[in-house]
Amino acid sequence: MMALAQAKRAATEARLAALEIPAGGGWAARAREEALARLRETGLPARRDEYWRYTDPVALNAPAPEPAALFDPQEPMPFSEVDRLKVVFVDGVFDPEASDDLSMAGIEIERLAEAAARDIHWAKDLYGVLEARGQSPVPRPLAALNTAAATDGIVIRVTGKAPRPVALIYLHRSETSDAVLHHLVRVEEGAELTLLENGPAAARLNKVLEVDVADGGAFHHVRAQGRDHERRAATHIFARLGEKSVFKSFTLTVNGKLTRNETVIELTGDNAVAHVAGAALGDADFHHDDTVFITHDAVECESRQVFKKVLRNGAVGVFQGKILVRPGAQKTDGYQISQALLLDDDSQFLAKPELEIYADDVICSHGSTSGAIDETAMFYLRSRGVPRDEAQDLLVIAFLAEAIDEIDDEAIADDILARLQAWLARRRR
Amino acid sequence: MTAMDDNIREGVDRETVETVRSMAGKYKYGWETEIETEFAPKGVNEEIVRLISRKNEEPEWMTEWRLSAFRRWQQMEEPRWAMVRYPEIDYQDQYYYAKPKSMQEKPKSLDEVDPRLLATYEKLGIPLREQMILAGVEGAEEAPAEARRVAVDAVFDSVSVGTTFKEELAKAGVIFCSISEAIREHPELVRKYLGSVVPQSDNFFATLNSAVFSDGSFVYVPPGVRCPMELSTYFRINAENTGQFERTLIIADKGSYVSYLEGCTAPRRETSQLHAAVVEIVALEDAEVKYSTVQNWYPGDEEGKGGIFNFVTKRADCRGDRSKVMWTQVETGSAVTWKYPSCILRGDESQGEFYSIAITNNYQQADTGTKMVHLGRNTRSRIVSKGISAGHAQNTYRGLVSMHPRAKNSRNYTQCDSLLIGDKCGAHTVPYIEVKNNSSRVEHEATTSKVDDDQLFYCRSRGMDEEEALALIVNGFAKEVLQALPMEFAMEAQQLVAISLEGSVG
Repeated sequence: MMALAQAKRAATEARLAALEIPAGGGWAARAREEALARLRETGLPARRDEYWRYTDPVALNAPAPEPAALFDPQEPMPFSEVDRLKVVFVDGVFDPEASDDLSMAGIEIERLAEAAARDIHWAKDLYGVLEARGQSPVPRPLAALNTAAATDGIVIRVTGKAPRPVALIYLHRSETSDAVLHHLVRVEEGAELTLLENGPAAARLNKVLEVDVADGGAFHHVRAQGRDHERRAATHIFARLGEKSVFKSFTLTVNGKLTRNETVIELTGDNAVAHVAGAALGDADFHHDDTVFITHDAVECESRQVFKKVLRNGAVGVFQGKILVRPGAQKTDGYQISQALLLDDDSQFLAKPELEIYADDVICSHGSTSGAIDETAMFYLRSRGVPRDEAQDLLVIAFLAEAIDEIDDEAIADDILARLQAWLARRRR
Repeated sequence: MTAMDDNIREGVDRETVETVRSMAGKYKYGWETEIETEFAPKGVNEEIVRLISRKNEEPEWMTEWRLSAFRRWQQMEEPRWAMVRYPEIDYQDQYYYAKPKSMQEKPKSLDEVDPRLLATYEKLGIPLREQMILAGVEGAEEAPAEARRVAVDAVFDSVSVGTTFKEELAKAGVIFCSISEAIREHPELVRKYLGSVVPQSDNFFATLNSAVFSDGSFVYVPPGVRCPMELSTYFRINAENTGQFERTLIIADKGSYVSYLEGCTAPRRETSQLHAAVVEIVALEDAEVKYSTVQNWYPGDEEGKGGIFNFVTKRADCRGDRSKVMWTQVETGSAVTWKYPSCILRGDESQGEFYSIAITNNYQQADTGTKMVHLGRNTRSRIVSKGISAGHAQNTYRGLVSMHPRAKNSRNYTQCDSLLIGDKCGAHTVPYIEVKNNSSRVEHEATTSKVDDDQLFYCRSRGMDEEEALALIVNGFAKEVLQALPMEFAMEAQQLVAISLEGSVG
């Protein structure tokens, strides 16, 4: 055990030595120092850690990223048809030229560095705060590393109903880029925002998004992670929900050598709603990990986790989801489903759907299934004259439907669906 | 029982509450047998390991086997991943060997056994005389004598008191004796199979057991033999500050069948006691083993004082094609339970089943479940777990279902239901699902809404509503399993089956 701890410490220090912690004083510097202390306490993740048994963190920990070839998808970017405010990052650096004007009614958008330069700023009460809360009971060292060393990011304060979605666009231009991005979103009472994210961001991305939704606020999030085959990413969303607030997040992942998406949500106000969903399609060298931790700490809250994975040619899908119902969080309605469709015999699905419940008047359920395409359904379609490939695509889309249904905005849902169909069509060729 | 009175919520019917109360409220077996006991010195070291080996008159290879386990154990750390909290255990502050003085001279037959020991088992309702029928079972007099015969191996603290029906079993070729006797009399079988399912250094508690186990049961059923009666072991902890480390080895040779039952109780004491057992089952081609447990160790008092720490490693190796192992457990006792009866489904078309009812009340904590490791083709497994938590108790289902790439066309179905009574307790589910081929189907559910659709459809089409149909299906197979238990166990366990599924959470 001692040796293991030592190996962890060595890996952590090696990574820290290669990092450049942004200069500057004030609250941001303090938050960075505290995060550094958190990281040193737990060390970077290792395969022996309970929540890393299915995903090897070595590539995410390494001092330098593995180079990732640039990739041109030769198709319009996701959400191109949506009227949105574009915020562009190139290899993890904000690009004001490519971005839209950041001013919009009912919303304040700044760069993280600008906010950090001011002594009095709302971001002070959020930066690293939800991340720190999210370290217990399960440590999330890569998120602490992010708070300590994030080089860029934006902070968004929503005071009214944002007239159009804010879209964060992550471009990948350098084969060796290593991006550490940290964004903050504060949705004030009764305010609403839709946040879109797309693109690979860098050869390796470490991203944290902290979202604080006040009473009656609503936050919708849809992201399409980049199609680059060689990219690697570790992302975290930390959200805290006030009374009668709504949080909905959907993620589409196609391709990518390694993706670890962690979502940590605390329902702290009564009658809050949190939905997290994901659809992942992987072919061959693809490892996708969804790790979700939802804590119910108020009464009559609802949470829903819907994760679907379609895997082929040795792709690996991981789901680790937990619903924690704290004492007193009565009338909780918690639902969780994780399903994998294995299109061939080489792919793997590894799941750990957990419930931890300390209140008696709750409805909590989870289900997890794994298997091949249903031959009866296939036979039905074939007998109606549908060619095998087409039938398979139809059944895949049907399988993913429950996750896509979690997207409220129809235009955005259609965009995601079109991308799924395109992915399937490409595989058929 | 006050903890259970507050906040019983709507939808949990009275009967459920009463049943749980009567089950968990009074510990019937908390009395102590006054008997002079001979102890080995407190603590564990190589000398104690040698002493236990010497006491059991073991051959050299066995002593060495124990010592190598002990050396491995010293390098190991106690596992802390289970959702149970208990004070640090001082492994040097307890006895590892306790034997009634009257057992000094090995009794040649049951007639020579100390009457106080016989009285103990009689009081527990365990028949140690072959002509005796199961005590206190209503209607037993009318039942045909053939149907109710159970061979018993009675273990008292560290030693086996006696084994019944040995001669009759021997006629059928079945070997049923204490493990210490098996080591002396059947070394070739013990050497071949001991540690082949649960390796010496499998985990902290199993390794400790490998070093210091004092007794336990041994069963060998030869090829093609259907064991003519139920076999049973009854474990009784009596001495204070004494750990019990029993070891059970069951070998079902090709095409054989055996049903084995295990029961256990302990006196009410202020301080906690350690129980770390290992059970190994080997099922060869076409063999079938049913292993049933009613675990009723002293659970501690209402304030959570005392009680047994139950750290048990149970594993079955379905080594042969078409072999089958079924684990059934009714867990009502122990302050802390850490137990995962598992099946390695190595043979093609082998089957593993796990049915569990775990009840925790007051300050009891149970972290229990199973592992189904599918290695062979067309293997099947089924897991049904019901956890009921009351008072300040914590009840966790922890399980693994693993489909290896070679395990084509395999199938698993898992259902876990939990029921919470009161708002101070907890119920948790920690399943691990690892699927590495696509021809296998794995389904895990922690809701009561989806049992086997065909069965449900059948019942629904006969006019039952979904709740009724579901209760019938779940009770149906639970009953089938519970009926395999000895009658006094079955009666106790059947009360549990009445527990409603309403208000369940995963």
